[in-house]
Amino acid sequence: MTSREEILAKIKTNQPGARPLPADLTTVPGGMESIMQFKTVLSAIGGAIVEVANFEEITKYIQQEFKDKKRLISTLPELGSVTESGWENKDPHSYEDVDLAVIKAHFGVAENAALWITEDLMQQRVVPFICQQLAVVVNKVDIVATMHDAYNKIGDAEYGFGSFIAGPSKTADIEQSLVLGAHGPKTMTVFLLG
Amino acid sequence: MSTGAKDHAQLSDIFNKDEARVDWHDETLWFVRAKRDKAANSLPEWEALRETASQIKDNVLSNLHDYLLQFEANAEKNGIKVHWAANGEEHNKIVHSILKESGVNRIVKSKSMLTEECHLNDYLHKNDIEVIDTDLGERIVQLAEEPPSHIVLPCIHKKKEEIGDLFHKHLGTPEGASDPVFLTAAARDHLREKFITRKAAITGVNFAIAETGEFVVCTNEGNADMGAHLADVHIACMGIEKIVPLRKHLSVFLRILTRSATGQPITTYSSHFKKPRPGQTMHIVLVDNGRTTQLGREDFRNSLKCIRCAACMNTCPVYRRSGGHSYHTAIAGPIGSILAPNLDMKNYADLPFASTLCGSCSNVCPVKINIHEQLYKWRQVIVKEGYADPKKAMAMKAMDFTLSNPSIYKFAGKAGRWVLKHAPFTVNNKLNLWYKHREMPESPKQSFGEWYKQNNKND
Repeated sequence: MTSREEILAKIKTNQPGARPLPADLTTVPGGMESIMQFKTVLSAIGGAIVEVANFEEITKYIQQEFKDKKRLISTLPELGSVTESGWENKDPHSYEDVDLAVIKAHFGVAENAALWITEDLMQQRVVPFICQQLAVVVNKVDIVATMHDAYNKIGDAEYGFGSFIAGPSKTADIEQSLVLGAHGPKTMTVFLLG
Repeated sequence: MSTGAKDHAQLSDIFNKDEARVDWHDETLWFVRAKRDKAANSLPEWEALRETASQIKDNVLSNLHDYLLQFEANAEKNGIKVHWAANGEEHNKIVHSILKESGVNRIVKSKSMLTEECHLNDYLHKNDIEVIDTDLGERIVQLAEEPPSHIVLPCIHKKKEEIGDLFHKHLGTPEGASDPVFLTAAARDHLREKFITRKAAITGVNFAIAETGEFVVCTNEGNADMGAHLADVHIACMGIEKIVPLRKHLSVFLRILTRSATGQPITTYSSHFKKPRPGQTMHIVLVDNGRTTQLGREDFRNSLKCIRCAACMNTCPVYRRSGGHSYHTAIAGPIGSILAPNLDMKNYADLPFASTLCGSCSNVCPVKINIHEQLYKWRQVIVKEGYADPKKAMAMKAMDFTLSNPSIYKFAGKAGRWVLKHAPFTVNNKLNLWYKHREMPESPKQSFGEWYKQNNKND
């Protein structure tokens, strides 16, 4: 008998009688207004929020705030004037020196300021993790209240890889002192569009 | 972890030699527990979340056979290779053979308590494969050649000055440098080089979805993603109990996991791996290692619902004052003390006794495991099976004999009172463990029985 057969046989003998799945939970109404909460939570977890009306404002912001940075990449054609062209489809290791990556999120979640981003929006999976600083564009209308709403929105979407990203990478492993910028981005800017 | 043959009490004695450090350890973990309370209390639906999470896990355990098959079929459809390991040794062999086939002898690994449980690092080291742990806390204990002392905060027992010394020795930071920001930056540079140069990455798994064949890995540092997305080979190792039926169930678990662990609303990264990226190979190793046995123990199977948040450790008055290493097993604290005896009842017979049974662990557990009741039940099993400490077993037997025999009970009381009064030195000494942290009571003149008889007569 293979280990697989052995394990499955033992489970069949030992697993308890059927227990039903519980009813789905939904968002409890009466919480803070979603956009307000998203902004509050994002600041609390070390992210920065920039409210913008259009991509011109994002372009201007990047020109001002990241002007000393050498390597800026983006998956958004609207930001082509301030970011590198032809960076796509290279060896993932080659993005090690990216100073700023600007990508788009499907939506954000108010209760934890997490942004849902799938592979197609990253161009390469490693991009939002390897860059020194990350910026994410999300539409104001695409902020949902809780994770229950988030997974309703994801539904049975097809993707190879997707991630909820909430704030800059961080650690508190040394005496519980919070330090931003563990292995991933040291900062995270969210452009709240609309 | 090799501790000689020392038990929890003896290992706690070592930790307790430095009282100031014990206080510091205690306060640090209580600080984390307080953050958990704040996060939990901010959600009016917290108890509904716990109940739902618990019921989903009950359903998983009752249908594990079919869910595992469903997960396997979907994962393979997604292009992931699925392996099955009956025990730690087979798990290690599978990982080693994948690495050998890929021609890789240097790898990065993000946090996985399962690989700690299986002693994977030792095994690979003996087979000339270098493993770099990339979680900062795990890297620190790896440099110190120690096991993690906590499943979420692996080096919570270490002071920043000690970490500074380790980094000075191994990473070349200036002597005496101990600022956490500085040390974290040094570790970032040190580990970036590893991420860039290693061809294979191992990660753990927080949740695996039967419905879709995807698995979710949660980190704050981003180390699992850095490793996996840069490597040609990604191996994810998971215990078979990590299965969740539907993708939407993640909403429940991601809401409770970090709120229970550190008080954060969610980890920085909750990454859903469904398919390997083009050109990459992805493996999942499904590990039993005693889990199917625990599934058959009606009183203890609930322990398999654990999502490894560590809330039970942070709240435990014994863990906070004895340190993670005193449990001499990969998963310390209350939950570890009900998991370990399943694997080796003799070697871990001491752990269910390392508790005051106060019940705080059960109250904070996000999947409602009756931890303190299981600890109490393990004690009974361990004594019955003959694995209890002989001193403890003898005392219990003497107690049983005395309490079930009224005339002996009366005589023993009298004798005890006489001894306390006339020969206190026979009990006020080191041989009496009860005396270690306590004064013996003053001897009363008579027992309650005698008093009652006397007063009843006078009426």
